[in-house]
Amino acid sequence: MSSPLAAPLVEIRGVSKRYGAVQANDVVDLSLYGGEVHALLGENGAGKSTLSRILYGFTRPDSGEIFLNGKAVDVHSPREARSHRIGMVFQNFMLIPALSVLENIALFLTDLPAVLRPEAVGKRIFEFGERFGLTVNPHAPVRQLSVGDRQKVEILKLLLAEARILIFDEPTKVLAPHEVDALFRVFAALKAEGFAILFITHKLREVIRCADRITVMRQGRVVGGFGSGQADVETLVTMMFGERGEIGATRQAGATRRPAEARPILELRGASSHATGSETPLRGLELSIAAGEIVGVAGVSGSGQKELGDLILGLRSLSAGSKWFCGANASSWSIARMRESGVAFVPEDPLVMAAVGGMSVRENLSLGTGRRYRSGVRLDWSALEATMNQSFEALAFPIPPLDPPIGALSGGNLQRVVIAREMAHEPKLIVALYPTRGLDVRSAASLRHLLRRARDGGSGVLLISEDLDELAEMTDRLLVLFGGALVGAFSRGAWQPEEVGHLMTGSKEVNVA
Amino acid sequence: MPEGGLTAVLRRSTALRTTVRHCGIGVGALLMFAAILLAAGKDPLKAYVDTFHYTLANSYGFSELLVRMTPLLLAAVAVALPARLGLINVGGEGQLYMGAFMASAGAFLLPTAPRLILLPFVAFMGFMGGAIWAAIPGILRAAKLVNETISTLLLNYVAPLIVSYFVFGLWRASENSAYPQSSPFPDAALLPSFFNTRIHAGLLIAVVALLAYWLLLEKTRWGVDMRAIGGNAEAAQRLGIPVPAWIVTALAVGGGFAGLAGMGEAMGIAGRLRQGLSPGYGFAGFLIAWLAGGRPLGIVFMAFLFAIITSAGDTLQMTQGVPYAVVNILLAMILFIVLARRSAGGTSK
Repeated sequence: MSSPLAAPLVEIRGVSKRYGAVQANDVVDLSLYGGEVHALLGENGAGKSTLSRILYGFTRPDSGEIFLNGKAVDVHSPREARSHRIGMVFQNFMLIPALSVLENIALFLTDLPAVLRPEAVGKRIFEFGERFGLTVNPHAPVRQLSVGDRQKVEILKLLLAEARILIFDEPTKVLAPHEVDALFRVFAALKAEGFAILFITHKLREVIRCADRITVMRQGRVVGGFGSGQADVETLVTMMFGERGEIGATRQAGATRRPAEARPILELRGASSHATGSETPLRGLELSIAAGEIVGVAGVSGSGQKELGDLILGLRSLSAGSKWFCGANASSWSIARMRESGVAFVPEDPLVMAAVGGMSVRENLSLGTGRRYRSGVRLDWSALEATMNQSFEALAFPIPPLDPPIGALSGGNLQRVVIAREMAHEPKLIVALYPTRGLDVRSAASLRHLLRRARDGGSGVLLISEDLDELAEMTDRLLVLFGGALVGAFSRGAWQPEEVGHLMTGSKEVNVA
Repeated sequence: MPEGGLTAVLRRSTALRTTVRHCGIGVGALLMFAAILLAAGKDPLKAYVDTFHYTLANSYGFSELLVRMTPLLLAAVAVALPARLGLINVGGEGQLYMGAFMASAGAFLLPTAPRLILLPFVAFMGFMGGAIWAAIPGILRAAKLVNETISTLLLNYVAPLIVSYFVFGLWRASENSAYPQSSPFPDAALLPSFFNTRIHAGLLIAVVALLAYWLLLEKTRWGVDMRAIGGNAEAAQRLGIPVPAWIVTALAVGGGFAGLAGMGEAMGIAGRLRQGLSPGYGFAGFLIAWLAGGRPLGIVFMAFLFAIITSAGDTLQMTQGVPYAVVNILLAMILFIVLARRSAGGTSK
């Protein structure tokens, strides 16, 4: 079944794409044959999405070529990709909930007559449904369908539009286990009829189960390829996460104090939360952060990291369990109270989560300071400025002009203003959510240095990151989050990237004591 | 808040640009309206001269402009205040009616109270009427149930019906039942008027409201919180600003100002509660606040302009024999010109 046919349907040769300082794709070669499931594997930011966007015409590559049936083509737009019979199933389905399955599919077809003949479309839906195991009721409104059925509708859309090359962007992320099985049966049926399937994922077990060929990407490059049965989980994890050497070899002094005897600043006891929409519910988290330690949280995106940060900040309420801050039950504290009690928040993009772009730097420095600078109906601006100046000096940051809007600052300077504000009142706990994402190398290094200094000064730090190198360098303890639950806990130097990789991808379950 | 030299200059030049823009809008609209009057066989020049003569050029006409400006200013603040949080209050008209209704209820509740007690009481009731009416959409929005634009708009249709119910029923005047209006208010509930004109104490309330609006936003810590919510609600919430509470408060206070406008119309002009108590002041207030970009001086200027235009409607009806409704053409033109400039210039405010 996996024997490739004579010529590939798609051949990508030497495709490169650069976004600013990031080389998202670096001379990538990939071929895709009819009748195969080709898995594209890699951790977040490895370049899988960029490659699929290039193939589907969303993004133009900086260099490189795409051959379809041996002919070089330029795919300028998704519309053109569809005319080349390439289709893509996105993570977020592109369906209109209020319309029926049939209407949703009809909307996607370009060859429809002006007067819609629903019976004809309905008949085709039924035929394809039978053939590939994609049975759905064509007259049901999409909003009533389960996630798995919605995905079937997406696939039917592509099949009716006569796509032969199907790209699936992490299709199993949203599915329940039995739905995953059903999807793989659909894959098998499609394969048997000569369709080419590009399966983008970072779940290893699934790859090993259903892929005929596996291509592994890391940091924008293809780092390995395997045929069916050639790869095992070990090899793939090593390849995905790279040889990172002995973790902890580059460890710095400090933080040797084991926080067992230290008083915990923050404790979660069986903390759970509900989720709506695309959020991840948190399930029974046991977590403790002591003074003078950096606790890292690793996980692939969407494992509940943001939800965990929000839960600690007080933005998300607990559905079960409790939250303790410095020995007090903080389960129902407001955000304002958490902040006044000494919680600081350093997010990835300050203009989204921590600053108001249209307001001046001075006004932004005052936000979130709670009652500290209140003076009657006004704010005591000079006291605020004095404290903030001290904070800038203590951090060895240059003091920016205070009058212009903060949105006019560069990313690094903006982050500095936010950090100066957050550090100004000696926080007991710093929640850092992907703090170095989007920063240039130097700003990122200086931020890491800062978090370490805060740790040495007695603050507890929760560092949420997807960058395993960063976590290895920074953390005293590492927790692994998967599907909203903590699935692993390691103390410094006691973990191997492969093992963490297993846990992050859900290919191995370890019960945390 | 201290200001650097650069921002001061920037602010001043923004004010200058705003003034120029407003004048340009006015002139452009007047030219287009003239063309329409010409097409209808009227003399636009004479129409404008008459309007000038009957409004700005004599003291009675000018006093009537100030009378009209009173509810317009308050209704504009009712929109501008929640707008700083990014909330769109299109319910000024309904809030105005509920203010008049509650103020009337206050007057009928304590008919024998002395003026010193009754006046503050009806003013308070007027404010509360508008505030409660606006707090309903506020609560629905804060609970993420219904968008405030829809609910404020729809409540506009409910409030006049409540007023009608009472003026046709419980409060209906006994002396002349031909008109749907209440009995007269006790004298002690009437707002004092000045200079033998219809200018009443409501104008003072409007000026104070405008001043309070400016002070609140520019000089207090609450202003910083409100602007933070308007600028980036997610960041504001993460920084501990109680966003839902602010949404309800800002809409309620804004609605309260519209309620005061209704109170002024009832207690300062009509002397009783009437069915058609506002010719759309609440809606005009939305346009004024929007055209002025929420700036206090811009609100004054635009309210003044709207007062002239609506007066022009009366004048033209008398001197040129065109229906009052033609001023709606002029108002619509102003709106279109503003819209066109916005989309062409690409500025969003």
